[in-house]
Amino acid sequence: MADPVAAGPGDLEEVARRLRRSIITMVTEAGSGHPGGSLSAVEILSSLYFRVMRHRASEPSWPDRDRFILSKAHACPVLYAALAAAGYFPEEELSSFRKLDSRLQGHAHVKTPGVEMSGGSLGQGLSFGVGTAIASRLDGRPSRTYVLLGDGECDEGQVWEAAMSASHYALDNLVAIVDRNGIQNDRRTDEVMQLEPLADKWRAFGWDTVEIDGHDFDEVLSALDHAGGVTGRPSAIVARTVKGKGVSFMEDNPDFHGKAPSPEQASLALQEIG
Amino acid sequence: MAETASTREIAGRTLVELGETRPDLVVLGGDLNKSTFTNLFGARYPERFFDFGPAEQNIVSVAAGLAASGKIPIVSTFTVFATSRPYDQLRVGVAQSGQNVKVVATHGGIITGEDGVSAHGIEDIALMSALPGFNVIVPADGPETVEAVRAAVDTEGPFYIRVSRPPTPVVHTDGVDFAVGRAETLRDGTDAAIIACGIMVHAALIAADTLAADGIRCRVLNMATVSPLDEAAVVEAARDTGAVVTAEEHYINGGLGSLVSQTLSRELPTPVEPVALHGYAESGTAEQLLERYGLTSGDIERAVRRAVGRKGS
Repeated sequence: MADPVAAGPGDLEEVARRLRRSIITMVTEAGSGHPGGSLSAVEILSSLYFRVMRHRASEPSWPDRDRFILSKAHACPVLYAALAAAGYFPEEELSSFRKLDSRLQGHAHVKTPGVEMSGGSLGQGLSFGVGTAIASRLDGRPSRTYVLLGDGECDEGQVWEAAMSASHYALDNLVAIVDRNGIQNDRRTDEVMQLEPLADKWRAFGWDTVEIDGHDFDEVLSALDHAGGVTGRPSAIVARTVKGKGVSFMEDNPDFHGKAPSPEQASLALQEIG
Repeated sequence: MAETASTREIAGRTLVELGETRPDLVVLGGDLNKSTFTNLFGARYPERFFDFGPAEQNIVSVAAGLAASGKIPIVSTFTVFATSRPYDQLRVGVAQSGQNVKVVATHGGIITGEDGVSAHGIEDIALMSALPGFNVIVPADGPETVEAVRAAVDTEGPFYIRVSRPPTPVVHTDGVDFAVGRAETLRDGTDAAIIACGIMVHAALIAADTLAADGIRCRVLNMATVSPLDEAAVVEAARDTGAVVTAEEHYINGGLGSLVSQTLSRELPTPVEPVALHGYAESGTAEQLLERYGLTSGDIERAVRRAVGRKGS
C-alpha cells in the first residue's frame, strides 16, 4: 500500500481519478447508491485524506487523528473509496458495498474502519463534529474536525443549531465544508428551498467563510490551509461543485443523485474518467 | 407520611460527586439546568459543562461526538425534550452506533403536574425501549437514583434514566439492591405479583400491605430496568403466583405492561392487569392527577383482585 502522504502534488489528480473509478464501480456493482453527490466531493476528500488530515490507516482510532465526518452519509461511496485508497481496508472490499455481511453499509456506519459517525438522517454531522471538536479541546489534542455537508442538507434546522453552537464555543478546530452541487434528491436546491445567500448565512452565524471552486485542487487546498489559521471561530468552506463531476452524462443531472448507472453507462463512465 | 426525596436533585448531585473521580464526565444542558440540577455540575466543573440552549437535536448529536472521542456525556433535560424531540438523533446517532451517551431525563410522567400535557412525558419508556441497545431505567426513588446514575456512568453503552419533578416517597429506607437489568424483590408472596417501576413501586407496596390484611399475599418486583427486561424474574413471578399486575406512570402502549405481557404471552401465558395511563392527562397537582387518571395504590389493589379472579379462567 502506497504511503498517501508521500504522494507528490501532481498525484492528487490521479487520486481523484482512482476515487471516481471506485465510486462508479462500486455503485454499479451494488445496483444502487448515490453516485452524483459522491463524484462532486472527490477533490474535497482527495485533498483531506491525501494532503491535509493527520490520520493513520493502520490505527483508525489514533486519539490525535483529525476527524472527517460525512454528514451527507448517502455519499459514502466517495468516503469508502478514499478510505480504501488510503489503506484502511482492501480496495477489493469495495465490491461488497450494500451487500449482506459487508462492512460497507448503504449509508456510512461506524462498522467500517475509518468511518467516524453513523449517518443516514441528514443534519446530524455538524453537531457530532461540535462534539469531537470540544473533546479535542478538552483533552488538549491537536486534532481538527472536518465535516462535509450537502447543500440540500442545509435545509435541516439542526445544521443551524450546530452552526450557532460552534461559534458560541469558538471552535476554531472545526471546519464545515458544504458540497454546493446545487441538486438535492428531488430537484435543484433553489427550487426545493432557497438557500442563498448561503455563504452569508454561515458568516451571520459567526463562521469564517470562504467560497471556492470545489474541483480546483489549488482552491481546495488553499481554503483548507486558510481554515487551519483561523482562530477564535469555526471555518466554513462553501465549495461550488458539479453533481456527477467527471462523467458527462451524470454531470448536473438530478437523475444520478440516488441511482446507479447501468453496466453500459458504467463502462462509458470509466472510459471518460480514464 | 412517607419520607420523600427529589430524584432530579439527587441525580444532579450524583453527577457532581461522580465528576470528582471521572474527568471524562461531561454534562450537556438545554437551558433547563436549574430545573435539572445540572447547574450544580456546571458551577463545580465549568470547563466540562455545556449549555446549548433549547436545541435538543444538537445536544444529542454533540453528545454522540463527545462519546466517540472517549468522553462520557450526560444529556440532561426534561423527559419530553430528551426523548420525542431528538428521537432521530438518539436513534441514528446514539443507538445505531452504540455510543456511550447517558440521558438523564427529569420531569417524567404526569406528576410534572400543572404545566399540562405538553410537559407530561408518558411515552418515553415506549420510545426508548424501541431503541435496540438502550438501557432504560426508571428508578423507584432517590436512593435508587443514586445507584442508577452511578451504574450508567460506569457501564459502557447508551442509558436512559427517568426521574421526577416533585419529591417522591422513598421506598429504599434500608439500602438498595440495584443492578442494571435485574428486578428487585421488595415483598415475597404467592397469590399475585405486582411488577412496578418508578413512583408506582411505592404505591405497589401500599397496595400489597392492604391486600395482605385481606389474606392476599403479593410479590412486589421493582423493575427499575424496564429494558432490557428481567424476563427470568417476570416468568418466575408468574409461575409462582399465577396472576400479574403491572404498574407504571406511562401510557399503556409500549411500556412496562406491554413488555411484561409480551414476555408472558411467549413464555408462560398468565392473566396480566396493567395499571397505566389510557391517554393524555391535563393540568393539575400531582396528587389530583394520579387520582383522576388511575395511578393510586387503590387502583393497583383493584387490579390485583381482578387478576386473582381471572386465575384458572
